[in-house]
Amino acid sequence: MSVLMVTKDNFNEVKESEKRVLLDFFAAWCGPCRMLGPVIDQIAEENPEYLICKINVDEEPELAQAFGVTSIPSLFVMEKGEIIANSLGAKPKDQILKMLKG
Amino acid sequence: MENLYDIIIIGGGPAGYSAALYSARAGFKTLVIEKMGAGGQMALTDIIDNYPGFENGIDGFTLGMNMQKGAERFGAKTEYCEVVSVDLTAKIKKVVCDSNEFYGKALIIATGASPKNLGIDREDELLGRGVHYCAHCDGGFYRNKTVVVVGGGNSAVADALYITHVAKQVYMVHRRDKLRATKIYHEPLMQAQNLDIIWDSAVSKLLGEDRISGVKIKNLKDEIVRELECDAVFVSIGRTPATDFLKGRVNLDENGYIIADETTKTNINGVYAVGDVRTKALRQVVTAVADGATAVHFAEEYISALF
Repeated sequence: MSVLMVTKDNFNEVKESEKRVLLDFFAAWCGPCRMLGPVIDQIAEENPEYLICKINVDEEPELAQAFGVTSIPSLFVMEKGEIIANSLGAKPKDQILKMLKG
Repeated sequence: MENLYDIIIIGGGPAGYSAALYSARAGFKTLVIEKMGAGGQMALTDIIDNYPGFENGIDGFTLGMNMQKGAERFGAKTEYCEVVSVDLTAKIKKVVCDSNEFYGKALIIATGASPKNLGIDREDELLGRGVHYCAHCDGGFYRNKTVVVVGGGNSAVADALYITHVAKQVYMVHRRDKLRATKIYHEPLMQAQNLDIIWDSAVSKLLGEDRISGVKIKNLKDEIVRELECDAVFVSIGRTPATDFLKGRVNLDENGYIIADETTKTNINGVYAVGDVRTKALRQVVTAVADGATAVHFAEEYISALF
């Protein structure tokens, strides 16, 4: 599966997703975010049972604010519209998978 | 044997992917194990002007991705996982990640070093936007600005002096009442007109919205906190090589760097150390990529003699 780029217009897809969701809040200028990007892409490819999403905080400030994002990269795991886990900063793939599957 | 490679490279920075390029291009089955993402420390550098071949410089992230793609073009593979331990005692070396194990005839360690953090709030968030770890890389962006340099060792003083040539004003913030830097630096420090040292102090808070506009500085003796307006904070409080998983397995020096000379050979046959993780005089992208090529040269000799 490819990564879903989330905007406020398609955020309902995230909220109503049957699958567990991983959200990656990022910005184009943020070095650690850019390093994490390809890892998130690979997680999406290898784990079709999850919905893997990216949100650009510069383009979607309302969503960033709604999640209280003040530091990026910032990852959230959601299930049935509820946040069940989150982490700050770029993390190794295994740690992200653990949090996602947790 | 599953997951058996000719050459395994731990770390996907410039040294690692240079080794991967030479290895894969020589026809070896090659694996790069990277913890986070390609490029290493380089990926967090805005622009690299001292890597030849790019007349306008190149941003570190792009250069890292290009090095990865260049190696993968010849068949090198990348696994994203963090190596937790290695077993170097058998002829076939074993590399263990959280979720997987890999085996290699030769092992090239390219895990690099990372600058020590201040460990204060918003440091990651403001990275590259006023928070910097490499004066020679990013100092040039602060022409006629006010810059804080944190640290008191040789590299902090060298960084501060370098920035005095560019910036309007430099403040060094140092935890002690005297510098750890060697005497040779003291004279130029005293002569620098636009440099002041703030003794016995530490940066306790980073100020600013989307980039640094100032810092709070706490005097560690009287605990008084004051605010200082500035455009950037350069952190120069040392580096840590990423060698925790190698303790007791490969010879390290007292600072944790892998002991290896220009041949990149470690004390273990078939195990090589390249780039910043190795004991060396100059830690730069150009010297890192050179190490990668050298290591593969000796790994090639080693593998053809032994396997």
